Amino acid sequence: MTMTDKLFREGALLPVLTVVLSIIVIWYAGSIRLNSPQLIDRYEKNGLDWTFAELAFDAWEMERPVLPSPHQVGIELKKTVIDKPFTSKRSLVYHAGITLSSSLLGFALGALLGIGLAVGIVYVSTLDRSLMPWIIASQTIPILALAPMIIVVLGSIGITGLFPKSVISMYLCFFPVVVGMVKGLRSPEPILIDQMRTYSASATQIFFKLRLPSSIPFLFASLKVAVALSVVGAIVAELPTGGQGGLGARLLSGSYYGQITMIWAALIVASLVSASLVAFIGIMERIALRRLNGGQAALG
Amino acid sequence: MKTVFKNREISVGLGAGLLVLALMFPPALEQTWRQIPNAIFGVAMLAGVFALVAIVRIAPRMTLIAQLLLLLSALRVALDIVHLDSVQGSGRLGLWLWVSALGFAVWHVMKGFSSQKADATPNSLVDRIVVPALFGVWFLALWEFITTGLGIPRVLLPSPSLVGESIAGSLNVLGADFNQTVVRAVIPGFLMGNLAGFAAALAADRWPFLGRGLLPVGNLVSAIPIIGIAPIMVMWFGFDWQSKAAVVVIMTFFPMLVNTISGLRSSTPIELDLMRSIGASHWQTFKRVRLPNALPFVFNALKINSALALIGAIVAEFFGTPIVGMGFRISTEVGRMNMEMVWASIAVAAVSGSLFYGLLAMAERRATFWHASFRQSP
Amino acid sequence: MSLDTDQNEIVVQVDNLSLEFTTSDGPVHALSDINLDIRSGEFISLIGPSGCGKTTLLRVIADLETHSAGDIRINGVSPADARRQRAYGYVFQAPALYPWRTVRKNVMLPLEIMGLPRADQQERAARYLEMVNLTGFENKYPWQLSGGMQQRVSIARALSVEPDLLLMDEPFGALDEITRDHLNQQLLDLWRKTGKTVVFVTHSIPEAVFLSTRVVVMSPRPGKIIDVIPCVFDKDRTLDVRETPAFLEVAHRVREGLKAGHSYDDD
Repeated sequence: MTMTDKLFREGALLPVLTVVLSIIVIWYAGSIRLNSPQLIDRYEKNGLDWTFAELAFDAWEMERPVLPSPHQVGIELKKTVIDKPFTSKRSLVYHAGITLSSSLLGFALGALLGIGLAVGIVYVSTLDRSLMPWIIASQTIPILALAPMIIVVLGSIGITGLFPKSVISMYLCFFPVVVGMVKGLRSPEPILIDQMRTYSASATQIFFKLRLPSSIPFLFASLKVAVALSVVGAIVAELPTGGQGGLGARLLSGSYYGQITMIWAALIVASLVSASLVAFIGIMERIALRRLNGGQAALG
Repeated sequence: MKTVFKNREISVGLGAGLLVLALMFPPALEQTWRQIPNAIFGVAMLAGVFALVAIVRIAPRMTLIAQLLLLLSALRVALDIVHLDSVQGSGRLGLWLWVSALGFAVWHVMKGFSSQKADATPNSLVDRIVVPALFGVWFLALWEFITTGLGIPRVLLPSPSLVGESIAGSLNVLGADFNQTVVRAVIPGFLMGNLAGFAAALAADRWPFLGRGLLPVGNLVSAIPIIGIAPIMVMWFGFDWQSKAAVVVIMTFFPMLVNTISGLRSSTPIELDLMRSIGASHWQTFKRVRLPNALPFVFNALKINSALALIGAIVAEFFGTPIVGMGFRISTEVGRMNMEMVWASIAVAAVSGSLFYGLLAMAERRATFWHASFRQSP
Repeated sequence: MSLDTDQNEIVVQVDNLSLEFTTSDGPVHALSDINLDIRSGEFISLIGPSGCGKTTLLRVIADLETHSAGDIRINGVSPADARRQRAYGYVFQAPALYPWRTVRKNVMLPLEIMGLPRADQQERAARYLEMVNLTGFENKYPWQLSGGMQQRVSIARALSVEPDLLLMDEPFGALDEITRDHLNQQLLDLWRKTGKTVVFVTHSIPEAVFLSTRVVVMSPRPGKIIDVIPCVFDKDRTLDVRETPAFLEVAHRVREGLKAGHSYDDD
């Protein structure tokens, strides 16, 4: 059970709504504050009198706002998500599809790599001592900075399209999976492993009957982190490809053409994609844990 | 596979066999191979001694250190050979057999140092450093062997030595980039973001209603690609470091908020009952129990944020910068196919990221020495 | 039977006390109609199966829970006032020591809260650590000590506020029997030396009978008192007293009381 579910059971709906509402109120207020200097300039240039109500209204409806108001973003979303056919290059669904496919591929590759490395680390002590410190170090370096280079280098040897972008996602994904799986595979109490030994279970049997099932809760916790990272990786990987497609490309072209509403819309779609992927893993987790625990409510 | 690596004799035997094979095959084209008999002779001598020492194993620890030294010199010689004009880009089977033999030797020595730990020698700290360090050296050496031996084009993947030259040759530029990105954007942003997140967590703790609302929102934010606000920040705060610092503030805020809230909730009922039973005030309980219990969580957030902060600042630079900064350097040099410089920037970023992380880890060890993950049992 | 504490003043006075928890399955009667007077210098054990409310009763005395009906007075005042006056020391099931404080600083914790001068804090910490035979371990961290030593530190901490009343909630429950016997003997010595009033929760019959002046037998659902059994043994008793017929007789009566409460039938 995720933290969020638990909180909702404890009656967090009202507080969450309050926080969300205050964010929207602050957003509207911020949009007046940030857009007003330009507007006041314009009023003064044209020698117009203005009231605060007029200012607020104009700020929320500005053509090229510094901070678009929530409903402007909403209209942009409707325009680019619902009104356009999904196949159109101007549809955010089309771009979200591109980002989603490369992040999913990267996520799958990263999860497999992570699980494989974790098994190696748990079973081969030399790997544990030689590789583990570097796996940790690999994440202290800003790997996203490699994105442009990986795209260009792989492109120059003829590998383009989905795969180079997925490599970035994969690199971001494998780390939480390794760490979580190592912890998970090591989580069975020594007494349980001894018990398996008394049954003279083989190493494979211990792995599939004890270590693997014990690691499932850890695996899912890591997968949730990893899937969110895979979207980040895909978006950043789309930056250097400039305008070919994907939410990252939308962010970049929005920033080139000063279309701030477009950036916000792309950002919100990216958040939705990411949050629904995390939610999906959460559902899978609940199903898996329910099956594992024989119908009992999942923990943690 | 497990049994192969478990059995030291087989591992040594395989390594020695590969060595013998390596001596039988030419490492490069026949005619160039003839020009370097002396160096190869040296390698063969070292290899022979190495194999002998590996097999004898009279005094395990001395043998291990001797093996390590011999291995390092063998690597050194091998690197020299691969850089010979006649070998560069024309490596043949013999060279790769030789490299694989070295690989086995590295594995063997790492294994030796790893298994030493079981009898808890006083040198275990040294061993803890030796094993990963050797792995790192081997990784770089292998990279060098492959790029140089196969003659991989520099635009594709420059060798570590070329990157090293590039770093040495452009210290000024790299220093300026470091100053722009790390000193001016990352550090202030990191401090502000963490402080704000911590303060918000304190407020959420003081007013539980706020906490119940903020925590789910904070968790939701952790699932969204917050890096996407970078272009917006660049539009708001301009091309200079302020926009990058703003991205860093926003990226570091939520991990600190969420972790600190859970940390402040991590005190056990019995610890809180104790404080109540001795009539402690809210503030006394907070300061003496709940805050210390939250510290490991706070450090966890700081460590997560150290990586996020650097990523945030560099990626934000992709959306526009003055003509200085690590992100700017990477994206422009990629455009000019000057890969040595790209890798040099990445190396600087990697080293600063690791140092940043290392400092935090040291501070964590000092501040939360009592935590189960650091304790040395009685 | 008469006890030499019969004429002492009453320290804890419990009248018709009840406590109900509301859970999702409806109300739970944790304590029902409890009447108990504890006099100064007594050593009272609360014994019963899990769920009988013995810990809850102790927590009500300590103002860690609030009763829903009846009345309870500690030295004539409410538990909340008694708590603020630091009238009691509480020893928990687990040592509840803070891992970031040394043994000495753990014992000093309640004294810091009380705002005692630093020199007094240190003097008292040294004195009570000596009383539990832990001199020389002041600068160790709790996690460097064994379980029994940790529990002794927590006893020293409870004593350090110099309360007349000591509340102990299964303090030795997690320890092995040899350590437990040893600590029981030490606790008895301590009680004899200091003359404190002790309320002691346990589920061990020999422990209760060995330590106490009176054993209070409780039963669950609802938590109530079934029997109060006086144990009049020699003040200087040692662990050997457990082999005597008189001891076995009292232990038998406690066991009968526990049986009468149907305590194990529906557990």
